[in-house]
Amino acid sequence: MIPISYYFALSAILFSLGALGVLIRRNAIIIFMSVELMLNAANLLFVAFARANGALSGQVLVFFVIAVAAAEVAVGLALIVIIFRNRQSIDIDEMSSLKG
Amino acid sequence: MNGELILFFVLAAVAIGAALGMLFSRNAVYSALFLILNFATVAVFFLLLGAPFIAMAQVTVYAGAIMVLFLFVIMLLGAEQIQHQARRGWQRPLAMLLTLALLAESAYLIFTRSDLLTVLEPAASDYGNPQAIGMLLFTEYLLPFEVTSILLLAAMVGAIVLVKEDRKKSGGQK
Repeated sequence: MIPISYYFALSAILFSLGALGVLIRRNAIIIFMSVELMLNAANLLFVAFARANGALSGQVLVFFVIAVAAAEVAVGLALIVIIFRNRQSIDIDEMSSLKG
Repeated sequence: MNGELILFFVLAAVAIGAALGMLFSRNAVYSALFLILNFATVAVFFLLLGAPFIAMAQVTVYAGAIMVLFLFVIMLLGAEQIQHQARRGWQRPLAMLLTLALLAESAYLIFTRSDLLTVLEPAASDYGNPQAIGMLLFTEYLLPFEVTSILLLAAMVGAIVLVKEDRKKSGGQK
């Protein structure tokens, strides 16, 4: 009923918006959220193609992506908390030195 | 225009609007809430595509656990209103240009690949039910499943160690 190209287009738009967010925002947490948006767009395409091919492997793969995203968020947010404690800022332009 | 198509376009508008709202709101808490809205609409898309298990995992893990973690950190740091430093003027136009290039490439793919135009047929009634996914997870994908559990454990230990080390250091300085 719905062509798969519609899902492709929606996923491409969401992915591009995520990439735009990574490029234009300076707040590290917002950049992180944009990365989640990109992961989510890829998940949508995975499920759409799994449906088009009648195979369940795509859905299993999305399950793994969700699990990996959860792990990534836990570690990434811990890093952001440490950086904020050290520098009192999460502006990525201020994280330009390696001295810590 | 049938009902499913109308549903698709309304949900797509909500998803894109929520993504734009996330990008351009000044307050990080609003960004997180817009992202939750986006995840919820994508969960409905998963339901439309015959993936109820993934849709529920999306709501509980993404919109639930992950975004609560985000909100928790935003409020812990008090980072919701961080002022922007003077940014380099050429960055924003260049970012827009690169994003448009990415979008144009995707559009080129969509319009040149004719096999993407296949219309999704109604799936078999048992397609994507949790039982089938569970069978697949514990037979064909058993090794990746176990590796994922180790990865989650490593992430948990890593997050704890990262934050704890800092506390010990500041305690030693007193």
